[in-house]
Amino acid sequence: MKILCTAKRVPDPEIKLRVAGDGSGYVKDGVKWVVNPFDEIAVEEGLRLKEKHGGEVVVVSIGPADAAQQVRQTLAMGADRGVLVKHDGEVDSTAAAHAIAKIIADEKPDLVIMGKQAVDYDAGQAGSMVAELLGWGQASYASKVVVSEDGKSVRVTREVDGGLETIDVLLPGIVTADLRLNEPRYASLPSIMKAKKKPLKETSFAELGVDVTPKVKSLKVAEPPARKAGQLVPDVPTLVKKLHDEAKVI
Amino acid sequence: MKNVLVVAELKNGLRKTTLPAITFAKQAAAKLGGQVHALVCGVDDVAAAAEELRKYGVAVVWTATSPGLKNYTAEGFAKAAIAGAEAAQAAIVCASATAQGRDYLPRVAAKIGAGMASDITGLEDIGGKMAFKRPMFAGNLNQWVEITTDRKVVSVRPTDFDAAQPGAVGGEVKSLDAGVDAAALKTKFVEFAEVKSERPELADARIVVSGGRGTKGPEGYKETVEVLADVLGAAVGATRAIVDAGWVPNDWQVGQTGKVVAPELYIALGLSGAIQHIAGMAGSKVIVAVNKDPDAPILKISDYGLVADLFKVVPELIAEIKKIQ
Repeated sequence: MKILCTAKRVPDPEIKLRVAGDGSGYVKDGVKWVVNPFDEIAVEEGLRLKEKHGGEVVVVSIGPADAAQQVRQTLAMGADRGVLVKHDGEVDSTAAAHAIAKIIADEKPDLVIMGKQAVDYDAGQAGSMVAELLGWGQASYASKVVVSEDGKSVRVTREVDGGLETIDVLLPGIVTADLRLNEPRYASLPSIMKAKKKPLKETSFAELGVDVTPKVKSLKVAEPPARKAGQLVPDVPTLVKKLHDEAKVI
Repeated sequence: MKNVLVVAELKNGLRKTTLPAITFAKQAAAKLGGQVHALVCGVDDVAAAAEELRKYGVAVVWTATSPGLKNYTAEGFAKAAIAGAEAAQAAIVCASATAQGRDYLPRVAAKIGAGMASDITGLEDIGGKMAFKRPMFAGNLNQWVEITTDRKVVSVRPTDFDAAQPGAVGGEVKSLDAGVDAAALKTKFVEFAEVKSERPELADARIVVSGGRGTKGPEGYKETVEVLADVLGAAVGATRAIVDAGWVPNDWQVGQTGKVVAPELYIALGLSGAIQHIAGMAGSKVIVAVNKDPDAPILKISDYGLVADLFKVVPELIAEIKKIQ
């Protein structure tokens, strides 16, 4: 089974980002970069399916030359090869989806697994867009993926509002990973060394023939107004009195 | 092409999360000088939902009832929404940013070549451009985006727009042939395991009581969070930490990677207030935090904070609340 996964380079979600001086985006200097946590889960799932069914895991990323570090990290987890679409600056979800779809058309994987969203812009669009561009079925927010006995479909449990939905997706198809699909492995030191020798191909939007003119443009970025700290109350009766008389919520 | 199409969501009838999307659609239609149209997709309950939608100032309610729409699939609903956009002459296609809306709307955008803004929390004007406000980086930053294509797709965060209010019944109901053939779909519905609860749904509850590691375990959570919630008729929520630890079900998680809530009252018990969690509840009208640690970040964003042991506080709280109920 050939599996293609994605790995976006994003700022470490544990850090606090600052707004760039001109308000156009966020300050990128000095930021620690990581693999998008949802993509890490996607790669882990790809590796587990490969361990069970055999095959190959290819990881695709879009970003600056330094994004090779994030691809290498997934190679150290156990992925077989990487493809980096080299691009400085931001691209919108549409351009990213077109580039990924082009690579998929070329690589012809049986299954594509992507993170449900990237934790930088939180758009959550690319997976569904790629599926539509290829005319494939999709299962987003997966918490369980099982390949059918005949290998022609995957049965996916999805985390949706109010419960769990199970659907069958014909292969080739796309799954997007939610938080509870698995817990990604740590790369061992020998595998990190080995990953340095694994193939990593570079390409570009121009080479793929994908237009990067944005359909969505950032006009402004700002910090949300801080919620002002309220009051400390001394005891429960005071709290209940204030909720009843002052806030009028109970 | 000045109209705005709202795709409704059904869940035992018209889902309430559709109403804030209608409010957004009205704001957008006013800016464009167009009308609001609605689309209901499905096989069961469609006629009743369409009738209900007529109360909300919608010019036309389109109903798509191809057999292939019996169960939700992203492919099928995207196809119906595209047919709806065509029929409604819509410049903007929107739906609520629920698990369903977020799933199929990007397919619509990809197919019609539209730009899409996800999870929008406001519609503003920046230099004469329609600016869609949305949170990014787990709500740590807000972004205002412009969609440069003539046709636009938007998912609307339901907690950030008021629910549309019913008025005089009007608007016509028209049926739409979306041509969704079940046999041609590449995804097949198998089953839905509903998490049943007597409590209100987390996403649209008036009061939410939420707990974190300070509840000390599944038993402690039950004794404090759940007991208090039931006295108040509230929904229950949890931090990612205790969901990951398996103390409570997955879909109780409040936060950027869980549910975003904005109730009238949010009571945070024994949770410190990680960035991730705050992103999911900072829009609440009134926040109460009970925490032993006076330096817990949650106290810095709470309207009312009580530094105390929650196991002592909760029984006392219940007694006091019962006095005024």
